[in-house]
Amino acid sequence: MAGLTPASLTADAPAPAVAAPRKNRPTSPWQEAWRRFRRHRLAVASGVVLLLLIAAVTLGPFIWPVAINEIDFTAKLQGPSWAHPLGTDDLGQDLLARLIYGGRISLAVGLAAMVVAVVVGVVVGALAGMSAGWVDAALMWLTDLFLALPLLPLLLLLMYLFRDHFKRLFGVEGGAFILIVVVIGGLRWMQVARLVRAQFLSLREKEFVEAARALGASKLRLVVGHILPNALGPVIVAGTIDVAAAIIAESTLSFLGLGFPSDIPTWGSVLRDAKDYLDIAPHWALFPGAAIFLAVITINFMGDGLRDALDPRRVL
Amino acid sequence: MAEPLLDIRDLKTWFKTDDGMVRAVDGVSLHIDRGETLGVVGESGCGKTVTARSVLKLIDMPPGRFEAGQILWQGRDLIPLDETEMNKIRAREIAIIFQEPMTSLNPVYTVGDQIAEVIELHQKLSRKQAMVGAADMLKLVNIPNPQRRVHDYPHQFSGGMRQRVMIAMALSCQPKLLIADEPTTALDVTIQAQILELMQEMKERFGMAIMLITHAMGVVAETTQRVVVMYAGKVVEEASVEALFGDPRHPYTQGLIRSIPRVDRSAGRQARLESIPGSVPSLLDPPPGCRFASRCRYVMPACTQAIPPLKEVAPGHKVACIL
Repeated sequence: MAGLTPASLTADAPAPAVAAPRKNRPTSPWQEAWRRFRRHRLAVASGVVLLLLIAAVTLGPFIWPVAINEIDFTAKLQGPSWAHPLGTDDLGQDLLARLIYGGRISLAVGLAAMVVAVVVGVVVGALAGMSAGWVDAALMWLTDLFLALPLLPLLLLLMYLFRDHFKRLFGVEGGAFILIVVVIGGLRWMQVARLVRAQFLSLREKEFVEAARALGASKLRLVVGHILPNALGPVIVAGTIDVAAAIIAESTLSFLGLGFPSDIPTWGSVLRDAKDYLDIAPHWALFPGAAIFLAVITINFMGDGLRDALDPRRVL
Repeated sequence: MAEPLLDIRDLKTWFKTDDGMVRAVDGVSLHIDRGETLGVVGESGCGKTVTARSVLKLIDMPPGRFEAGQILWQGRDLIPLDETEMNKIRAREIAIIFQEPMTSLNPVYTVGDQIAEVIELHQKLSRKQAMVGAADMLKLVNIPNPQRRVHDYPHQFSGGMRQRVMIAMALSCQPKLLIADEPTTALDVTIQAQILELMQEMKERFGMAIMLITHAMGVVAETTQRVVVMYAGKVVEEASVEALFGDPRHPYTQGLIRSIPRVDRSAGRQARLESIPGSVPSLLDPPPGCRFASRCRYVMPACTQAIPPLKEVAPGHKVACIL
């Protein structure tokens, strides 16, 4: 009966008629993105695996409270067993405990370096995109300069030069962490800066920005409140992939012996220690390698999913 | 006579380009009295929008620049004011709505958030109070179910509804002047009428003045009291709406009025719809003389010598033509 009466614009519609269209009504852009992300099976599966990995490294020490540096020569270079699920290394140290500890460092470095890269990238990109003229030119020139630098040699050089300063300032572990994060993040912001600048150049001309300005919004409010939220999609995708890249970079540094001090296990340094025993204890290299692989590939798949979910042109 | 609300005197807004100066607005004078609706008409590219944006100082500088003139808002010149001072005038005293309702709202915020932002910014209210104000404004512009619709996003509104939201946003601080820059051009005809009616209603309710910029002569005839006709960055005729349609003096105005499609004449008797030949000349270093000369049917040698000044031919009726 209610369906037969012509819908009036002003009349108070009966409750069921209101509730029905509400169900399939898409709500906020973020909820809409979440709905689209959920359709990307590989990304969702990756997200689950990644969450498990994060849960393992954060909760692991409570479930597996074995010291990372307990030396037991009677059990050295053993394969997986009930006493040591992932085996032991050449000093008989438990690999599971070391990988849990190392995973905390590797993932934390990845996330922190991503934050540094995104913050620097957003600031540089936003400044360039908003200012135009010579400021824009200078900042983009700087970005191109950084892009042209050979990353790995520079990374090694910076680590080598500043390691001792940071060690003195922030302690052994803290100093290494801060230095690695700053150096990796400081060399990976360029993609984000370019993305943000491109977004800003088009968004600043949008009518809603002019409308907000016409209604008295200050420049800062325009940038932070109106332009930036609209530019975040690609930044989130780039940031996700940056996490993976930073994990690889940290592992590379540790593998080459320029990351954390050698008594602190990270995925990269465990791999380095294992490389001389590949023929007699392959499990030693296999597990940290697999951990790096798993973390990086799941993060990249999630990045793929996010890219599809946040791309308005893609129908999902 | 009382001081006009807005008094633009000999405004020149020029744009510097690689090819030279574009004189988009070149010596425009017009005024708006309290509670009045002024129509500003003219073809695309004749400087209407630049005039409107100049009033709120929304011109990007560079490349734009105020070459000369004054914009007196209640006697105070707006041109020397900086951004911070302008932000106190925007929305609170003068508000503007744009042509494209589809893109004038930020897609990532609910309409309630956007209206509340304007209220919060200017009236120092808490978010909660501002949201109540936002719902009230939506109700005022006849959006059904305002309590629920404040939580909706712009993409959930149709074009006409979005223009209502824009009006709600613009009026949320009860400005004394609303500049409507082609508010109905992007909407279909029935919605146009509704929006114009709504603006009329709001005008009576708040006692504000409206500067209605349009190229639709029909809209002007229906809603305004006084009309300024612009051509190529200059005012060519200014008159009350009755005088303008009853006795248009400038050949450009005459051409505009002749080019209105008429439904009331039967198709058989009706001549082809007239148009004005040619298009608006380039405003890049324009030649001396009347800018309409190249398209004018009454053109004579004197027209290309000097720009004819705007002179009063009847009380309140000014024309810039030597005829």
